[in-house]
Amino acid sequence: MFVTSAYAQTAPAASETPAAPAGEVHTETGVAHGGEHESAGFPPFDSSHFASQLLWLAITFGLFYLVIQKVIMPRVGGIIEDRKGRIAGDLEEAGRLKAEADAAVETYEKELAQARSKANGIADAARNDAKAKAAADRTAIEAELAAKLAAAETRIGEIKSKAFAEVGAIAEDTATAIVDQLIGGKATGDDIKAAVAAAKTGA
Amino acid sequence: MANDPIHQFQISKIVPIEIGGVDFSFTNASLFMVATVAVAAGFLYFSTSQRSLIPGRAQSVAEMSYEFVANMLREGAGSHGMKFFPLVFSLFMFILTANLIGMFPYFFTVTSQIIVTFALSILVVGLVVVYGFAKHGLRFLKLFVPSGVPGALLPLVVLIEVISFIARPISLSVRLFANMLAGHITLKVFAGFVTSLGALGALGIGTAILPLIMTVALTGLEFLVAFLQAYVFAVLTCMYLNDALHPDGH
Repeated sequence: MFVTSAYAQTAPAASETPAAPAGEVHTETGVAHGGEHESAGFPPFDSSHFASQLLWLAITFGLFYLVIQKVIMPRVGGIIEDRKGRIAGDLEEAGRLKAEADAAVETYEKELAQARSKANGIADAARNDAKAKAAADRTAIEAELAAKLAAAETRIGEIKSKAFAEVGAIAEDTATAIVDQLIGGKATGDDIKAAVAAAKTGA
Repeated sequence: MANDPIHQFQISKIVPIEIGGVDFSFTNASLFMVATVAVAAGFLYFSTSQRSLIPGRAQSVAEMSYEFVANMLREGAGSHGMKFFPLVFSLFMFILTANLIGMFPYFFTVTSQIIVTFALSILVVGLVVVYGFAKHGLRFLKLFVPSGVPGALLPLVVLIEVISFIARPISLSVRLFANMLAGHITLKVFAGFVTSLGALGALGIGTAILPLIMTVALTGLEFLVAFLQAYVFAVLTCMYLNDALHPDGH
């Protein structure tokens, strides 16, 4: 198809061809502000400017593709990758710290249990010691008390036997005095003695 | 003039260029292609220039679109498909930005030109064919022979598969083109009702509210369509690339 390139050509004869089939008339109106708009078919189907559209589409879209491929994609992809990496790193770090904290808690509990059992041991030992000491003290005091008791008993025995020994002399004196009073005569010492002894054994 | 809903798709020359008798003029379409690329690339470039670990709003949007397309491609074409990521991401961002720029009043919509969408879809399907044959050789033709089909039905199934493959660039391009075109025409028509009814006096102004509400609602819908069509184009691109990567089933 041939195209006339006159800028702002108004193509006055084109107005009676509403459906120009193969674009045999150049239908560009250039400056179509006024009412002189030439309807030479439906503009999107007007093939006379297909070549220009294709060329400019190829230039602009080609350029756009290159910009996207060389600049935008690495940049945006890089930003997103960076963020993903950062988040993954942070999560990993958090996991590591948590594991550390868990380990610390475990150690703490272990040590706590150890300390508790140790404390129990110490308390047991102290209790046992105290018990043993108390038992020893009690036996010692009991032994002492027993010794004192035994000493007291022997003294009481001594005093008793001494007292018994003096009973004979007192009885003879008393008997002599009683005989004197009753019969006025003196009884001999031997008789009285014998009588007291007889009374003692007889009693 | 303002009520002609087709006028917005008119292409006008800015700098006439002619090489070998073919018109390669820098037109308003070319201008908006340049604007689309500048806005998309500029946004992606400057929003990520801080490279912050904790992204700001703009950087979040850039990263979200990046990961959105990356996930789409990974799900659609597997991890081998990631080598096509620059292409799919460029396509998605280019179409999305072109559609959104087209939403401004008086701006030209690059994707409302069938030749542009057709060129993009031919790029995708052409890449699928070239890569498929380069990678798999004649095994790429297994794409047209689904496994587990009884022998008697096989010629029919193969025929259908071939036709559907050939229809791909057409459906891919026409879907985007027609959506943008129809949306902009509808918007323009309803907006035109508002002005023409408003010119009729008090009663006209009262009734002009209805098309005005419609225009507002349609504008919202068109923003959705602008995103959705870019998404659909990218998703289908991923699916077609999957055929090139795994011609013998998934």
